[in-house]
Amino acid sequence: MDNKYTLQALNVSKNYVNHKALDDVSIEVPNQSIFGLLGPNGAGKTTLIRIINLISVMDQGKVMLNGNPINTKDIANIGYLPEERGLYKKMKVGEQAVYLAQLKGMSRRDAIKQLNYWFEKFEISSWWNKKVEELSKGMAQKVQFIVTVLHKPDLLIFDEPFSGFDPINVNILKEEIINLRDNGATIIFSTHNMASVEELCDNIALINNSKTVLNGEINEVKEKFKDNIFEIAYKSESKISLTPGNYNLEETKRERNIHYANVKINNGKVPNDLISEIITQAEIVSFNEILPSINDIFIQQVSSNQS
Amino acid sequence: MNKILLIIRREYISRVRKKSFLIITIIGPVLMAAMIILPAYINDWTEATEKKVAVMDETGWFFEKFKDQDNVEFYHVFGDFREEKDSAITNGELFLYIPKTELNIPVNSELYSTMQPGLNITAYIKSVMKNEVENKKLLASGIDPEIIRSSKVNVNLSTIRVEDGGIEKKSNTEVEVGLAAFAGILIYFFIFMFGVQVLKGVMEEKSNRIVEVIISSVKPFQLMLGKIIGVAFVGLTQFLLWILLTLIIVGTFQSGIFTGENELQIIGQNNELLGNAKESGISPMVIINEIIGGIDIKVMMFSFIFYFLGGYLLYSSMFAAIGGAIDHDTDSQQFMFPVSIPLVFAIALTGVIIEQPDSSLAIWMSMIPFTSPITMMMRIPFGVPLWQIWTSVGLLIAGFLLTTYMASKIYKTGILMYGQKVSYSVIWKWLTNKY
Repeated sequence: MDNKYTLQALNVSKNYVNHKALDDVSIEVPNQSIFGLLGPNGAGKTTLIRIINLISVMDQGKVMLNGNPINTKDIANIGYLPEERGLYKKMKVGEQAVYLAQLKGMSRRDAIKQLNYWFEKFEISSWWNKKVEELSKGMAQKVQFIVTVLHKPDLLIFDEPFSGFDPINVNILKEEIINLRDNGATIIFSTHNMASVEELCDNIALINNSKTVLNGEINEVKEKFKDNIFEIAYKSESKISLTPGNYNLEETKRERNIHYANVKINNGKVPNDLISEIITQAEIVSFNEILPSINDIFIQQVSSNQS
Repeated sequence: MNKILLIIRREYISRVRKKSFLIITIIGPVLMAAMIILPAYINDWTEATEKKVAVMDETGWFFEKFKDQDNVEFYHVFGDFREEKDSAITNGELFLYIPKTELNIPVNSELYSTMQPGLNITAYIKSVMKNEVENKKLLASGIDPEIIRSSKVNVNLSTIRVEDGGIEKKSNTEVEVGLAAFAGILIYFFIFMFGVQVLKGVMEEKSNRIVEVIISSVKPFQLMLGKIIGVAFVGLTQFLLWILLTLIIVGTFQSGIFTGENELQIIGQNNELLGNAKESGISPMVIINEIIGGIDIKVMMFSFIFYFLGGYLLYSSMFAAIGGAIDHDTDSQQFMFPVSIPLVFAIALTGVIIEQPDSSLAIWMSMIPFTSPITMMMRIPFGVPLWQIWTSVGLLIAGFLLTTYMASKIYKTGILMYGQKVSYSVIWKWLTNKY
């Protein structure tokens, strides 16, 4: 059966003794996409991720992988990088990576072959015989990332993948995540780094107070939250004037005869109406819609939810 | 390869490769062998140096009564006290002074020497003097000491245990008591040593944050069981290496350094029967064979291995649950203490159990899984009815299945909880709720 979604978590609820961790949460992750799972601390992201990985048991709902209810055999097909991650300090890097790969079901030979490929790619081949305690935190994180993707799973789940990395390594990691998607993998990641969400994600879901607040393709979400504000630049000797009420004009900058301004459109007017009103007075240099950043949407949604 | 086998292998190899494992593996047999060899060795050593004792006997009672011993020579001096004493001491000899007393019979004496005189010399001097004074007193009251001497009898008491089916075996209580106490303490030591290794291992995984990485590939129960079994193999390896190395060390010493006669002495050290045997003219070798034959070494070995494994599985699963529940080393005491009370209780009652291995207290304690590994091991050298052993074995197996089941529920919730204050009520919730 062909399925549009690699992973669907439908109406998932989870109660702990003293609180509700997830309340009727649903997410749908399309094939070969990067999915951002967002939410403030304690919203329930990690609980949802653990349920998908069959580490925790849900009270209600279902989780489907490629259209079928997920079961323990599917675990070999998922690569999971938990937020709380670590390695055995006393074990050698290579030996440990082989062990973790074998636990995922890889043969020893396969594991070594793949590890050599990734170690060379990340230029860390010289670490093979080092003990983990000799590595820095960022170095250990690289090893963990490799171990997560090593067995070429169809679904990758990264919980806060960028924490502990310097900017250079964050970029390497982002590239690799995009590579993995382009090679056919579906990726879910949770993060507080909104810039990386804008850069990477095709779809997002926002969980707040145990509920899904937002869900969908990233551009649709932005579209939904836009305020009809346009950034314009025009060439004119003096400021233009627009019909009050229909448009709120706010000049931001002027460079000789070039004016920059933000215009909010009201009263059901459309951008074309605005353009036609401007061109009678000045020459348009640029015309852009201002879409809210994910960061703005996140803050707006989370704080409005709390009030 | 099966995942649980992978875990067992890692747990085993990473521990066996440690320096501390190697050190304990070597130190254990050396200590055990030393316990067997040293007494004989030291005896030989101290007696090797010749000693001379100058005797100044002002009473004249003990003249010629001190006979030369193996390494001790007695000679009499009659000069000035100070001069004779100084000359004996400067020659490195001992100086025995028995002063004359006008009114009483002589019971006081002084022994001067530059070093500790040694227990056998002082004991000999005392016994000679005591004998002589006693004889003199007997004679004074008209009794011939020879009559007293001839009326003394040596009684040998051999205890013979009659087993079911009427088979008779010569038993020796001293050997059994020693063996019982040793086996019980060894079990206690092994359960704690390796149980704590499981606890530390679980805590390491939790504080390293590797545990969630691993349980995304295997079930928490598999991880816990793999660790417990892996450490159990480490324990068995250590135990077998100890036995093997002890035998090798003792064997080497026996064949290489000691002559045939000393060989008997070594074994005889722990065995008072030997002295009696010598007097009564029975070959000591015969007695030793009979004693060893009275204890079924195979039964001891197998029951040790079973009760070690059973007790270890029971306790280590509880220790694993504790390790999974807590965040810091310092919290472990709070939970370790109540869990280990039964073990400590069983060890504390060693004397009571050994004195009355068939008392109802001993029987009950050897049935209850929490104390049975120690108590049953203490009872086995004295002979335990078969039905009791099987009941105890069955209960122990049931016991560790139950604790492992309960421990795994606590464990799988606990390992993912960070920074939570863990109390008994929290653990109870983990045990009773689905997480």
